[in-house]
Amino acid sequence: MADSFSIDSKMSGRRKFLVAATSVAGGVACAGIATPFVKSMMPSERAKAAGAPVEIDISRLESGMLLMVEWRGRVVWILDRTPDMLATLEKLEPQLADPNSDKDQQPDYAKNRTRSIKPEILVVEGICTHLGCSPVFRKDIAPEDLGPDWLGGFFCPCHGSKFDLAGRVYKSVPAPTNMVVPPHVYLSDNVLLIGAESKESA
Amino acid sequence: MSEQKNSLVEWIDKRFPMTVTWRAHLSEYYAPKNFNSWYFFGSLALLVLVNQLITGIFLTMSYKPDASLAFASVEYIMRDVDYGWLIRYMHSTGASMFFVVVYLHMFRGMIYGSYRKPRELLWLIGMAIFFVLMSLAFTGYILPWGQMSYWGAQVIVSMFEAIPFIGETLHNWILGDFMLSDAALNRFFAYHVVTLPVLIVVLVFVHIIALHEVGSNNPDGIEIKENKNPETKIPVDGIPFHPYYTVKDIFGVVIFLIVFCGIIFFAPEMGGYFLEYNNFIPANTLQTPDHIAPVWYFTPYYSMLRAVTVNFLGVDAKLWGVILMVAGVAVFCFLPWLDRSPVKSIRYKGPIFKTALALFVVSFFVLGWLGTQPPTPFYTLLAQIFSVIYFAFFILMPIYSKIDKTKPEPKRVTK
Repeated sequence: MADSFSIDSKMSGRRKFLVAATSVAGGVACAGIATPFVKSMMPSERAKAAGAPVEIDISRLESGMLLMVEWRGRVVWILDRTPDMLATLEKLEPQLADPNSDKDQQPDYAKNRTRSIKPEILVVEGICTHLGCSPVFRKDIAPEDLGPDWLGGFFCPCHGSKFDLAGRVYKSVPAPTNMVVPPHVYLSDNVLLIGAESKESA
Repeated sequence: MSEQKNSLVEWIDKRFPMTVTWRAHLSEYYAPKNFNSWYFFGSLALLVLVNQLITGIFLTMSYKPDASLAFASVEYIMRDVDYGWLIRYMHSTGASMFFVVVYLHMFRGMIYGSYRKPRELLWLIGMAIFFVLMSLAFTGYILPWGQMSYWGAQVIVSMFEAIPFIGETLHNWILGDFMLSDAALNRFFAYHVVTLPVLIVVLVFVHIIALHEVGSNNPDGIEIKENKNPETKIPVDGIPFHPYYTVKDIFGVVIFLIVFCGIIFFAPEMGGYFLEYNNFIPANTLQTPDHIAPVWYFTPYYSMLRAVTVNFLGVDAKLWGVILMVAGVAVFCFLPWLDRSPVKSIRYKGPIFKTALALFVVSFFVLGWLGTQPPTPFYTLLAQIFSVIYFAFFILMPIYSKIDKTKPEPKRVTK
């Protein structure tokens, strides 16, 4: 290499300025051209438009039964809890990480012990707040694998997180927060709208 | 005839450094003469890479990266494409065998101190290849869009949500949607067949260039370049890579291919370890399989992920789990600076290092096995204990490698 072209040895003030200015301009141009590519990977308009609320008729839901529906590609559970099931909620509170639902994982109307509008009907996204698996509904009491203290709830098979029958997370499990209660409203006694809080806002 | 050939070579050499390259990297690249069987795994990794590239190209000819078509297109390859089953099994078995040879290749580096000066950068480039390989394995596993593809991806991608502040935006950006869907499958396909293969080929090239710059280490961990023949300038303990090691490596290839074909023809699913049974069920977004576990090569890190169950230092268990898992892989990058032993090879290292390494190997296997099992309180406790041992191997290394009683290194390589 010819030494006369070496930048270090013959770096006049003017050349230094030009090198810096070119580098800055080049950097700005790179950031500029990268923007459309980065943005193209965000959820598309079609993906944003999907996710309309869903209407569910729960008249055939029997006591103690879990119904799974899909909303925005996620599974939403509707569980009709029996009086026995509801009685476990208070008993389990000492074992729960957030028994009063202080963390913002539910609309205000579900910030109560049953985490629901109607005490017996639980509406919750069936997705573990740890890493997105769908927990298993385990209503059997004191099964072998979950121990004698188990009063029924949801157990995540992926990483062993446990939730009570109101979707509240146990202490000392990988999941950090209670399960999410989606916005929902009863349009009539037996018709539930998931994904919006009134027929109009849907 | 030979004159004609020579003139052709000459014609090329004036326009491209063909002969020079051949000499520098093969016929006059001097490797230590004491390589043992541990030295097969580098060339075998290259062989598997070529296998993955070739079989991969043929799979893309029949595969469809669309959430509604992907699963059926893989079954189409298996049932209707001539020899499609063979090409797919070569690819899926190749993926697992890639990790087998790469783990053995890395372990070779650990026992003979191949990461030590002057090979730190070579080791780091190797680690970069390992990261890309893991990404390739992950993106590839999603493509059949079976239950394990879907829920495995769900778990891995959800990890990004654990990152404070930007987590959710980053998660949506990675998926191109608010949940795992067709958009994500389509882009993971792009990464798996274009971005990552290009990256891994470039990195492997750089890895070999770096290796040939510093020269190969050997089972004695001594530098053969420090003892050169004064006249020829050739290391006295070196032999040309070609033909000596090309022939040796071909022998390794033959043994490897016997094993490889055995798996392809007799146990392509490997009892659910290479191809998981749940992945023969199409993805169901409403239901996670009762028991999900990653493919075997990720299970040690997966165990670490779920070993953390308590919040501490104001950070919740979920984020700690992710940090621990990433650290479990990344910690290998620090090896060149953690090992303070005066000798490189395990042959001259003392009992403390040997014990520590043995404990590390045991914890790697135990964590790997635990990762395939459902999480019970006892298994979680075991995972916690062995995660601690795993990390202690690295964190305490600057201390125990220094105080350990070593033997003197020889001047020349031994048998």
